[in-house]
Amino acid sequence: MSRRPYVREISGTSWWLRHPRYVRYMAREISALFIGIYVLILMAGLFRLSQGEAAYEEFLAKAEGPVGMIFAIIAMVFAVYHSYTWFQVTPKAMPLMIGSKRIPGSFIVAAHWIGFAIASVALWMLAGDRI
Amino acid sequence: MSERMIELEVLRYDPEQDEAPRFQTYTVPYREDWVVLDAINYVKDELDRTLSYRWSCHMAVCGSCGMLIDGEPALSCHTFLRDCPDKIRIEPLQNFPVERDLVVVMDDFMDKLESVKPYVVPKEEKNIDDGEYLQTPAELARYKQYTACINCLLCYSACPQYALNDSFVGPAALAIAHRYNLDSRDVGRSARDDVVASNPGIWECSFVGACSEVCPKSVDPAAAIQQTKIASTADYFMKFLMPWKRK
Repeated sequence: MSRRPYVREISGTSWWLRHPRYVRYMAREISALFIGIYVLILMAGLFRLSQGEAAYEEFLAKAEGPVGMIFAIIAMVFAVYHSYTWFQVTPKAMPLMIGSKRIPGSFIVAAHWIGFAIASVALWMLAGDRI
Repeated sequence: MSERMIELEVLRYDPEQDEAPRFQTYTVPYREDWVVLDAINYVKDELDRTLSYRWSCHMAVCGSCGMLIDGEPALSCHTFLRDCPDKIRIEPLQNFPVERDLVVVMDDFMDKLESVKPYVVPKEEKNIDDGEYLQTPAELARYKQYTACINCLLCYSACPQYALNDSFVGPAALAIAHRYNLDSRDVGRSARDDVVASNPGIWECSFVGACSEVCPKSVDPAAAIQQTKIASTADYFMKFLMPWKRK
C-alpha cells in the first residue's frame, strides 16, 4: 500500500464563480471600491476648497454636472448595498446577551438601520441649503 | 414503500492505479426515507466493494461522512435522496488532499486543532477529590453553541480563504478556540493567542460566511471569528491605554 494523496487545485481567479454565495461575497467586497472612489472625490473637493472659492466653485460645478451626478447615484446604490450586507452580519460580530438569553439578531440589525437613518437626517440638516 | 432510482456519479481515485481521479456512475434503487449515505452503503454492499469512504453514526453526530454532494459540502447522512435530483455527483470534501475515493487526508486540520489548545486550561489544577470546576447556566450559555462542533470539516471545504491559503487556521479550529476563551473556567486565552490572533489565524478570515452556511450543527464559526477579531483589536488598543495591565 503506497500513499499518494491527490491534490485537487482550485482556480485562483475564478473560484468565486463556483457558488452564488461566493458571488454575493465578491459583490459585497467590490461595493467598497465605489465608496473608496467617492471618498477620494470628497478629498479632492477639500483640496480645491483650500485653494480658494473659485477653485471650489469649479469643483462643485463638475461634481454637480451629469457625470458627477451619475457617479454619485451609482456610488450611493453601492453604499446602501454595502451597508445592508454589513448590517445583516452585525449580530454575528456583536451578539448581545441579557443573562443567559440572546437578544434576537433582528433587533441588532434594526438598531443599526435606525442609527443610519438618524445620522443621515442629521447630515441632511447640517448640510443646509447645499442639498 | 415504493422504490425509486437515483444515479450517483462518484469520484473514484485509487492511488495505486490512477494518475488522477475519475468519475464512476452507479444506479441505485432507493426508498423514501433513504439519505445519500444509504445509497453509498448500497453501492458498497451490492455493486462495488472497492469504494472507500468514511462513516460511523448515521445520525449527524460523528462528523465522519462529510462530502461534496452536487458541489455543496454536506453530511451524507443528513441529506435525503428524496430532496435530490435524479442524478447527483458525489465528491470528497474540497480543499483536502484525496487519500482514496471519498476519503480525504485531514492531518492539516488535526494539527491546527491541536495548536489552539482545545481544552479547558484551568487557573489552578484541582485534585479529583476537590470536585468539579463549577459554572452557572448563564456562563454556559455564553459558549454553548460552539460546543456543538463535530469536526466534520464541511466549513473548511466551503472556505475560499482556506482553499487559497492553507496556512489559514480555519473556521472550526478558531470557533473551538473561541469556545474555550469564553469559558468561565478557562484562563488559556493568551496562550491560544499566539496562533489565534496571528495573521494565519483570525486575520486571514475575510468574513465570506460560507462556513456558517454549510455547518450542519449551527455552530456559526464566522461569528466566532468576528467576535475574536473584536476582542483581539480591543487587546491591541488596551496595550497602549493601560500598558501596566496584562491580560
